[in-house]
Amino acid sequence: MIGIKESIILITVMAITTFGTRVIPFIIFPSGKKTPEIITYLGKVLPYAIIGMLIIYCLKSISITRNPHGLPEFIAILFVVIVHKWKHNLLLSIGGGTILYMVLIQCIFI
Amino acid sequence: MKLKALRAAFPYTIPVLFGYGFLGTAFGISLCSKGYPFYLAILMSVIIFAGSMQFVAVSILTGGLSVLSAFVITLTVNARHLFYGLSMLDKFKCMGRKKLYMIFSLTDETYSLLCSLETPSYINKNWFYFFIALLNQSYWILGTAIGSIAGSVIPFDSTGIDFAMTALFVVIFIEQWESSKNHLSAITGLTVALICLLIFGPDNFIIFSMIGIITVLTFSRCYLEKRIDK
Repeated sequence: MIGIKESIILITVMAITTFGTRVIPFIIFPSGKKTPEIITYLGKVLPYAIIGMLIIYCLKSISITRNPHGLPEFIAILFVVIVHKWKHNLLLSIGGGTILYMVLIQCIFI
Repeated sequence: MKLKALRAAFPYTIPVLFGYGFLGTAFGISLCSKGYPFYLAILMSVIIFAGSMQFVAVSILTGGLSVLSAFVITLTVNARHLFYGLSMLDKFKCMGRKKLYMIFSLTDETYSLLCSLETPSYINKNWFYFFIALLNQSYWILGTAIGSIAGSVIPFDSTGIDFAMTALFVVIFIEQWESSKNHLSAITGLTVALICLLIFGPDNFIIFSMIGIITVLTFSRCYLEKRIDK
């Protein structure tokens, strides 16, 4: 735990760095110049791959070998997939899945 | 004109309203449960505005890491954003002064909305995009405020609440899957990231995954381009 002043400094650093990662493509490929075709193509197909990667990113700290072997995550994701396919209701899928996960790790897989 | 665009944008952002409301609340609770004041949580949601990064930031702050480590971690967690702009170069081209805010607010969710949306023909496209981004951030700030203020009043066990983030991506993944006929890109994202996680471990795999994904997608360009335009 650090003080408020130090925290604000760290927060500012994180804010500037975050903006930096977002602005770099626009600096490399300015709107005045023609963007290379390969970049236009990547821009089109990347979104699908990136969301898949983000799911794996969220699950990165699961250990398959140690108890509970990623079971709570597996069950909760299965719930989200089934409920979302069924109802297409974002609140139900996300809210329900999260509450289920919290119950699983707080009460069942302790 | 602006009001029309706002009205047209709002329905598309409703899913994010719920997702961010929930996640923002989770973030607010998570930071304030560590003893931080609510205004720091809100400040972070105003000036950082990056979902997963802010959750990581909680541990950076509590760990009291150095400025350099904070910089390096932010860079690795957000490295994927380096590639999000590639899909937006054209979309943001004529946005004038709004462009800067659009770039600042390009989160995972705003990115995936902007990628998948068709602007209604009677609406000014630039204001439409702008309001999508602005509404999304306002939900995030609102959620943070609720979580950080209520979180410091009502103590309850919030372990696992950050699963909301995972659930949100699973939902976006399903929606993208259903909206596209070709799944090569989605499958590439999942498998390359999984393989990189197994090889490089949880701390370093994201940047290798991005490189791997871009390599695979570049080599399958001929195959994919024929199918995506159909």
